[in-house]
Parts: sequence; C-alpha cells; structure tokens
Amino acid sequence: MPHDLIVIGTGPGGYVCAIRAAQLGMKVAVVEKRPTHGGTCLNVGCIPSKALLHASERYEEAGNGFAAMGIDVKPKFDLAKMLAFKDEGVKGNVDGVGFLLKKNKIDAFHGSGRVLGPGRVEVTFINGEKKVLEAKSIVIATGSDIARLPGIEIDERQVVSSTGALALASVPHKMLVIGAGVIGLELGSVWRRLGAEVTVVEYLDRILPGMDGDVARSFHRILARQGMTFKLASKVTAIRKDKGGCTAVVVPAAGGATEELGADVVLVSIGRVPYTEGLGLAKAGIALDERKRIAVDAQFQTSVPGIYAIGDVIAGPMLAHKAEDEGVAVAETLAGQAGHVNHDVIPNVVYTFPEVASVGKSEEDLKAAGIAYKAGKFPFTANGRAKVNRTTDGFVKVLADAATDRILGVHIVGAHAGEMIAEAAVIMEFGGSAEDLARTCHAHPTLTEAVKEAALGVDKRAIHM
Amino acid sequence: MTIEIKVPTLGESVTEATVGQWFKKPGDAVEADEPLVELETDKVTVEVPAPAAGVLGNIKVEQGMTVSIGAVLGSIREGGAAAAPAPARPAATPSATKAPAASAMPPAPAARKVLVEAGIAASEVAGSGRRGQVLKEDAVAAAAAARTPAQPAAKAPAAYVASPLAPVPVQQMRAPSIANDAMREERVKMTRLRQTIARRLKDAQNSAAMLTTFNDVDMSAVMALRNQYKDLFEKRHGVKLGFMGFFVKACLQALKEIPAVNAEIDGQDIIYKNYYHVGVAVGTDKGLVVPVVREADRLGLAEIEQTIAAFGRRAREGRLGIEDMQGGTFTISNGGVYGSMLSTPILNAPQSGILGMHRIEERAVVRAGQIVARPMMYLALSYDHRIVDGREAVTFLVRVKECLEDPQRFVLEL
Repeated sequence: MPHDLIVIGTGPGGYVCAIRAAQLGMKVAVVEKRPTHGGTCLNVGCIPSKALLHASERYEEAGNGFAAMGIDVKPKFDLAKMLAFKDEGVKGNVDGVGFLLKKNKIDAFHGSGRVLGPGRVEVTFINGEKKVLEAKSIVIATGSDIARLPGIEIDERQVVSSTGALALASVPHKMLVIGAGVIGLELGSVWRRLGAEVTVVEYLDRILPGMDGDVARSFHRILARQGMTFKLASKVTAIRKDKGGCTAVVVPAAGGATEELGADVVLVSIGRVPYTEGLGLAKAGIALDERKRIAVDAQFQTSVPGIYAIGDVIAGPMLAHKAEDEGVAVAETLAGQAGHVNHDVIPNVVYTFPEVASVGKSEEDLKAAGIAYKAGKFPFTANGRAKVNRTTDGFVKVLADAATDRILGVHIVGAHAGEMIAEAAVIMEFGGSAEDLARTCHAHPTLTEAVKEAALGVDKRAIHM
Repeated sequence: MTIEIKVPTLGESVTEATVGQWFKKPGDAVEADEPLVELETDKVTVEVPAPAAGVLGNIKVEQGMTVSIGAVLGSIREGGAAAAPAPARPAATPSATKAPAASAMPPAPAARKVLVEAGIAASEVAGSGRRGQVLKEDAVAAAAAARTPAQPAAKAPAAYVASPLAPVPVQQMRAPSIANDAMREERVKMTRLRQTIARRLKDAQNSAAMLTTFNDVDMSAVMALRNQYKDLFEKRHGVKLGFMGFFVKACLQALKEIPAVNAEIDGQDIIYKNYYHVGVAVGTDKGLVVPVVREADRLGLAEIEQTIAAFGRRAREGRLGIEDMQGGTFTISNGGVYGSMLSTPILNAPQSGILGMHRIEERAVVRAGQIVARPMMYLALSYDHRIVDGREAVTFLVRVKECLEDPQRFVLEL
C-alpha cells in the first residue's frame, strides 16, 4: 500500500491536513481538481477578495480620507492593473501551498477524485486517464460550491457568483447583490468603492444573518452611510437579461407589490452548498445528513470506517480556519493522538471597512439558551487611537456569564476588528473571565484598548466612558 | 466576613469526590466544626465540617456534582444572624446551574490534549494557572508521573511511526470489532477506584524488580492452639481467634530480623522504617481496600485481631477512613479465603514486601519417614529485589513458617 493517507481537495482543510499528517510521519497523497492548490479560498475566495478589498479601500481612503490629514491627491485607478495585482497575490499564495506540499514530500495528483470504498480513490486526470490510489485512510475535503437560485442562471458576466464578481471587466454602473451575508457585503463594498451604485437584497429582515443583532444593526447603519442601499425582507424571483443590462424582479418576502430593479451586474451570494458531486459517496456507502452534508462523528469519521471528512463539506460554519483545524485534528487522530477542534471558539470576520469580527455566542444565542449574562460595550469614539486615526465607527462588546464572569462571546465592529478578535479567541480557549481580560495590560495607544475597556464594562467600570 | 467552605484533602490517590447530602440550608446558623455536607469518594464518605461559626451563605455545588480537592463548596458568613435570608443570586435562571462554576476553569488547550492522551481527568491534576487552571506544564508533569520510564512505548494503532514526541495514546486504542461482535460488547467506564488500582499495580510492576519466593507451612500447631483456646479467647477479648493475628505476628518477627523487607527506596536512598504498620488486604463490594494495622509490633495478638475485626465491620458499612488505609510498611494478602492455592501478589508500592496467604488443605507430607496428612498452606512473598536480597527474602519466609509451625517462638520472640 503506497500511501497512509489520501486527501481529496487541497483547500485550506485538505492541504493543512496533508501537511500535518506528513509531519506526523505518514506518507500522503493529495487529489486536486484545479491546476493549482488552495481550493476556493486561495483561488476564488478569501485571498483574491482580500486583495480587491485592500486595493479598493486604499483607493477610497486616498479619495476621501487623505485631504483631512493634509494630503492632497486625486487618485485614479486602473481596473486591469488592480485585477492583475489580485492575480499576483493569488499566485503567490497557491504557489506557496505547492511548495509546502513538495517540502513535506506529499504526492499531488491533479484530477477529480472519486471514492471507490475504504482505502481506494480513483483519480480521473484532465486528459481522461484514470488511476486508482490506495491508502489506509481517506479524508474528503472537497469544500463547497456556490448556492444557486432556482430560475436564475449564473453566466459569470451579467449574473455572477463570487467568482465572476472578482473579475468584472469594468466597474458596473449599478450592481445588485442578492444576499446580505459576508460575501455579498464584501464584494458589494469593493465595487461600491470603485464607483458602482450597490443595492443589496436580503430575504431576512436583517443583514449578516447569524451574527449578533446589535452588531448587524450598527453595521447596517455604517454601510448605508457609505452609500450602500438595502432592501431587506425581500427576494429576487426572476432576472431578465437584455443588451443594456438586467432587470431583477423583487418581491417583499411577506408578499406584496413587486418592484423591478435595473442593474448592469447581479451578484448572487446567497450562501454555499457542500461539494459532494461525483465523489461516489452513495456507492461507497457514505451517509449524508439532513442538509446534504457528509455526516461525521466527533473524530470526523464518516459512516464508513477509515474515511473522514472535514471543512465545508461537513456541518459547521464554512470557514477556512475551521477546516484547517479539523484537518489538523484528523491527522493527529490518525497518528493516535487526541485530535480536537473546539467548535465553540471559531472566530468569524467580515473584511469590509470597518471590519466585523466575532467569536463565541451572540446575545441572541445566550437569550435563546436562557443563560444569564452581562454585557460590556465600548465604542471606538471613546478610544484615543481610533480618534486620531478617524476610524471611530463601531464598538467592542464583551459578553460574560453573569455568575462566573467567563467570557461567552466577543463582537467587534471597527477597523482591524479581524486582527483584534484573536485575543478574544485565545482568552476564551483558556476559559478566561472578563476580569482576566480587563486585568491584562494593553498597549497605549492602540485600538485593542477598546477590547480591554469593554471587558471592564462587564463590571460597569470602564475608565474612558 | 465570608469564609469559603472548601473540599478538604481526602488522602493519597483521592483527587475528587461526589457531593452528597447538605445537612444545612442557606441561611441556617451553623456552629464551628458542625458537619455541613457529605462527600463521597470511591473509598470513603467524609463529612465536611463548618470552618467557623456563622450562617451558611450560598451553596455552590449541589448534591451529585463532582468536585476536586480545594474546590469551593459554599460559604459561611461569620457571626451572621440566622434570620438574614440568603441574597437571591442574580444567575438564578434555569440554565444557571449548567454554567461552569467559577472555580472550574477548563484546562488550557494544550493541557487538554496532553491529559486526554494520557487518560488523566483534568480534575485529577492540581492546576498552577490563574484560579487553579491546569496549564500545559501541569499536564505534562502529571502525564510523566502517570507514565513510568520503563514502560515500553505502545505503538499507535496503525503502522505510522509518529514523531518520537507523540505521547502514547491511552484512550480507546482498540480496533473496532466486527459488527456482529461489536453489538454484543459493552463499554463501561472504569471507576476512579479501578483506575487508581490499575495505575498503582502497573506502577509497582514497572518500578520494582519484583520477584516471588514460595514456601509451605504446616498449620497443625496454629490450628491446635486455636481449637484449644478459641472459646476462652472470644470470651475474654470479645473477638474470634482467627489466623490473621498469627500471620501478622509471624511477619513482625521476620520483619524485625530482615529490615530490608520493611524498607522502601526513595531516589538514591533506602529508607529503613523502624515502625511496623501492616496492611491487611480485604475485598469489599467496591474493590480491594487495604486498611493498615498501625504500630502492629506494639499490639498483642488479641489487639491485632480486634483491630482487623473493626476494620472489616467498618469496611462493610462504608465507614473506612482514608487515614485507615495510609502509611503501611508491609502488606498481607489472603487469597486463601477465595480458595487460591498459590499466587504471586503484586507489591503495594512503595513497600518492598507482600505476603500472600492461601487456602489450608490437608496434604500428604512426610514426617519422620511416615506419610501423614497435615493441614498445609503455601506461602508466597513477593519482594523488591532491588533492596531485598534473595537470601533475605527466603530467610524471611522461613522465619514466618517457623513461627507458625511452632507458636512457642512467639513467646520467646525467636
């Protein structure tokens, strides 16, 4: 048997699992459908969108924010160059993964993987040739695909998914975003900054479903002030395409008068679905759960012993870092160690400006669970560094158990929220209390002082409020 | 002033207990040292006394919950008036009981992994972090203590050679059985007592150079003595005259002659103990317990029998205290009561000797050239060959045999 482990898919879950397994002494093969490694995240997801978010944010800042600091510039942008900058960032990252796989002596097979049964994976190469790989264990890390709306065809030109929205040939005059989740708000922000009029249609009566309601309301106001238009509690039932652009039929979710909205480009960003097609799951006897995800036990093993699944293809938030940690846990379990992922402490970040970041429970979660909690909230308007930086939008909110003071959730809206959430995750992983966080010295002047003040706020003793 | 009620030290190898009944309610007046709550461990039940007089404040840990040593059970307001009602707790929502107690810090993430792999419960480890949190260094130390150097590194299930640092997995390393068999298997968690027994027995085997020497003893003389005096003995001393007293006496005689058997190894040193606390292993429905007859050499045979009888009574009632089982210097195990012919007992670490008694049986032996039937018992002495020489071990057992075959030696201290 030539390999100990075959990993299908080299997204963040798969390649990390493969590397960890190799570190633990296993001989590993990976199967990847794309010509490059890194999966959705590196090729058409997190990484390219962050490149465009970064570039467009700098552009907007140069246009709006510099003058107040005494810098007089009139920025111009070249979309082709900006997209090339993005592609370069992607290349650097995917090549990096290829290098890491080589360095760890992992055999990479570029083709589609299909599970034949325990220990057997068939690879169909691009030229149609087939090869059967054998190993003691298999990890399915095939990730997710875009979710589609019935009756709305995605052509990636006028009606696009996140993939198409990362490579529009020109800046649309009007852009319609279906779905006010992370992807819609991030890519909507990119094109709004570059000049598009962006309207977001969301079926629910709030943006960022699942995140803390307080955060979502505040963030909604901030985005609206930036010029994004929202149509909440509404759904798009049809899109008519013509030469000049598209017309979307928008209906209130509760029923009522329809409305037609014109747009040059429609972005469908209503979520993602597990990618299980063509994997031969049914034939191999691998069970799915009620939402068509691969069912796994606490050790990520599927219904077939020796076959594991991680990341977007199983239950839980579809986040690269969640998949990575699961990949590490599976590799360690296979090596006889105690692999484990604490699914209660997985940070979640929206990379807009300002950023939104959260970890742990929202106030709604705690209320639903009947847990008595205390909240400490601190606005960036009261933070010295945020004031001079003129990034005073947003706040930090710390939620702690009323009886034990243990931190149950931390939510941040604000510049660099995605970086600041890390300290919350660390202290929560250690089971720390709000007072522990408040008694930890934070450098001055930094935005992180707002985190400390929010922790003090749990005990109603914030200093700068 | 508020004084915390904490879980007291419950003795060696006991790290957690289950909270039993609270005798007082919040708001009740309590005297100093008045029992407040029961704690049940695998071996004993103890009552936690009030640390001071006052009023019972809150009860943090309800009946049925598991607590570790030093955990806070509740509090007492010193000198408070009994009438003052306990303040309503803000977290009195239905789910509040599910929230982790303030003292119950989860182990640090890396510590958790080390503990799971070593099969150690976090509650068994004293945490050095804030509010008693078990940190990685605590977990690593606990795992190292549980694992002895001589233990051969059991390999992970598959053939991958994991990095040498990979700890030996303890939990559920077994390959799954075929489905038909798996359905008929039952997986039961080991009790803490069982886990402790398992760990200590294995520790003893792994650290001592353990070896067993055998002999046999003709019980005729002891049995004759017993038959002659058992009624008078019981009348005078209020306890039946059994065999155990004779064996304890015989062992004491031998221990005094061969001090190495009563000694233990500590690092580079040998500690000779010039006192004799003899453990007597008895089976109970909860497992094996070894109450210790302390200062056995200062007791008469009747007092030894009385002490052992009292232990047996208290063990059956579940009232054996931890202190009753600590500090033994030598152990006697009697497999004979279950019918054992011969066995090789495992040392009760860090002790260096254990005597195994077996069943008494009429066997054909040769006396003065004649084959005669005599009540015979095999004796076994397991000993730590690191400090007890073969000559010493054999001499020890011969001395025990001689004493029992000729009880007059007891009188003359020979």
